[in-house]
Amino acid sequence: MSPAQQTLLAANEASEHRPLIITLFALFVLATLGITIWAGRQTKDAADFYAGGRQFSAFQNGLAVSGDYMSAASFLGIAGAIAIFGYDGFLYSIGFLVAWLVALLLVAEPLRNSGRYTMGDVLAYRMRQRPVRTAAGTSTIVVSIFYLLAQMAGAGVLVSLLLGITSDAGKILIVALVGILMIVYVSIGGMKGTTWVQMVKAVLLIGGTILITFLVLLKFNFNISDLLGTAAENSGKGAAFLEPGLQYGATGTSKLDFISLGVALVLGTAGLPHILIRFYTVPNAKAARKSVNWAIGIIGAFYLMTIALGFGAAALISQDEIIASNPSGNTAAPLLALHLGGVDSAWGAILLATISAVAFATILAVVAGLTLASSSSFAHDIYANVIRKGQASGAEEVRAARWATVFIGVISIGLGALARDLNVAGLVALAFAVAASANLPTILYSLFWKRFTTQGALWSIYGGLIVAVGLVLFSPVVSGDPKAMFPEVDFAWFPLKNPGIISIPSASSWAGSARSCPRRSRTSRSTPSWRSGP
Amino acid sequence: MAADAPPPSKEQHKLPSPEEFSEVQESAEFGELRRSYRSFAFPLTVAFIAWYLLYVLLSNYAGGFMGTKLFGNINVAFVLGVAQFVTTFLIAWWYSRHAAAKLDPKAEAIKSRMEGGA
Repeated sequence: MSPAQQTLLAANEASEHRPLIITLFALFVLATLGITIWAGRQTKDAADFYAGGRQFSAFQNGLAVSGDYMSAASFLGIAGAIAIFGYDGFLYSIGFLVAWLVALLLVAEPLRNSGRYTMGDVLAYRMRQRPVRTAAGTSTIVVSIFYLLAQMAGAGVLVSLLLGITSDAGKILIVALVGILMIVYVSIGGMKGTTWVQMVKAVLLIGGTILITFLVLLKFNFNISDLLGTAAENSGKGAAFLEPGLQYGATGTSKLDFISLGVALVLGTAGLPHILIRFYTVPNAKAARKSVNWAIGIIGAFYLMTIALGFGAAALISQDEIIASNPSGNTAAPLLALHLGGVDSAWGAILLATISAVAFATILAVVAGLTLASSSSFAHDIYANVIRKGQASGAEEVRAARWATVFIGVISIGLGALARDLNVAGLVALAFAVAASANLPTILYSLFWKRFTTQGALWSIYGGLIVAVGLVLFSPVVSGDPKAMFPEVDFAWFPLKNPGIISIPSASSWAGSARSCPRRSRTSRSTPSWRSGP
Repeated sequence: MAADAPPPSKEQHKLPSPEEFSEVQESAEFGELRRSYRSFAFPLTVAFIAWYLLYVLLSNYAGGFMGTKLFGNINVAFVLGVAQFVTTFLIAWWYSRHAAAKLDPKAEAIKSRMEGGA
C-alpha cells in the first residue's frame, strides 16, 4: 500500500477522532489491567495459572472461547472481504462456525477428561512422555507464533490507518506496545486474568457488532433483500456480487485453493492450542460441552451479523473509498461505522472511535490468548516434563511459564516489527492448516484409537508440521506473487495458498502407517483415556 | 470419551488406582457408555462434514444453481449459507440433548461408584 493511500483515511477522518479513539482504548486497557492485577493476586498455584483454577462457569468460558476465537481477522477481515468480494467473503464465516461441531462432538469433553493443562497432556497420557511432549510443544509454539505474528502485524496496519501513524518508528512503537501489554496480561494474570480479558472483549465485540448491524438494518427497514440488492448495485458487480466465485472462482487452481481452505478451517479450529486450553478452565467435561454450546451460539450470531457488516459496507460506501483506505478492505467495518453515524457528525465520530477501540481490544485479547497457550506449553510440556523430567514443582513451572511469556513476547515484538510491511495475512490460514494437519489428527487418534503409538503420534505431528509449513514456504503466499510476503523473489512451485488438501491427508496416513511397527502399544502405567483431571 | 467421567473436583474423593480404571474400562457398563457416545457422535460428524463439503463444492462448481434467485435478491447461495448456520445450531442442540439424556447419567453412575470405592 502506498503511503499516499495510507494517509488518506488518516488525513480525512482518523486524525480528528484520534483523541476519542485513544481515550476509549485507554479505558479498555486500564480496565483490563485492573482485572489482570486482581486475577494475579488470586493466582496461587499451577492450576490457577494454567487453567484459571478450573472454576469458570460454562457461560463464562463460552464467552471467553468466543473472545479467543473472534480475532481481528474475523471482525475486520471478513467484513472487508464481503465488502469487496461479496458472497465469497461470507464463505469464511461459514467455515469458521461449522468447525465448532468438531470441537463439540469429538474434542472438548474427552480433552477435559484426559488432560490437565496443555494439548501435550492428552498425547502424553498413553505414550512415552518426552518425545510426544516435545512434539506437542513444538507444534503448539509454531502454530501460536504464526497466528501471533499475523495479529501483531495486523495491529500495526490497523493502528496506522485509524490513528494516522505512518512513520516506521510509530508502527514499531505500536507493535511494541501491543507486545508489552500482552506480556503483562499473561505473566501477571495467567489464565484467570486472560479469561476475564477475553470475556470483556467478547462482550464489547458482540455489543459493537449488534449496534452496527441494527443501524444497517434500520437503514433498509429490516429488509435483507433490499440490503443485498443495494450492495450488489453499489459494488458495480451486479448479481455476481451475491454469488460465489468473485474471489475463488477465477481458475481451476483458485477453486481447489478454496476447497483446501474450507477443509483447513473446519478441521483446524479444534486443533488450535489457544482454543484447546480453554476447555481446562471449567470444572468438568459437562461444563466443557456447555461452554462449546455457548460459544457456538455467540460465534454463530456474530458471523451471521458479518452479513450486515460486509454487505452494509458495500451498500453504503463506494468501492473506491473502501479500497483506497485499505486494499484488502480491512477498514470497511470502521468506515461503515463512520458512515452510519454521518461522516461529519459527532455521532459518526463516536461510532468510528467505538468500533476502532473494539478492534484494538480484539487484537489485544487474541494475542494474550495465543501467548498464554505457547508459554503454558513451553513451561508444562517442554520445561517441566522434558527438561526437568517431571521433577519441577508447581511454583517452578509457573515461574518458567512467566519467563516464557516474556521471552515469547519479546520474540513476537521483534518479528512483528520486522514483518510490519510484509503481507502476513496468509499466516492465519497457515496456522489453521498446521493445526488441522498436525494437531487435530494426533488428538483424535490418541483419544479414539487404542493402538495408536508414540511413533504414530510423532509422525503425525512432525509430518503435518513439516508438510504444511514446507508447502506454504514454496507457495504464492511467500514468493512469486504481487501479494506475497516477499513479492520480489520467486521460488514458488506449489500452486495453492492453502496446503490443507495435501497436508491433512498425508500427515494422517503416515500416523496410521506407523502402527505397523509399534514400539509398544500401551505403556505399563496406562489407564483409560478418560482419567480425571488433577 | 465424552462425558464419561467428570473429574473429582473436591479433594475428599479418593482417586481410583490405575487398576481400578482398567477394570472399569473393561466393564460392560463402560462399553455401553462408549457405544452410546460413539454411535451418536461419529455418524453425526461424518454427516455434517459431508454437508459442509457439498456446500463448498456447490459454491465452486455449481455457480448457476447457486445464483438462482428465490425471492427478491435472496438466491440459493444465500439460503444454503444460512442453512449451514441453522444446521450447526441444530446439531449442537441435538447432541447436547443426547448427551444429557443418555451419556451423563451413565457416566455419573460409573463415577460415583468408583469414587465411593465400591
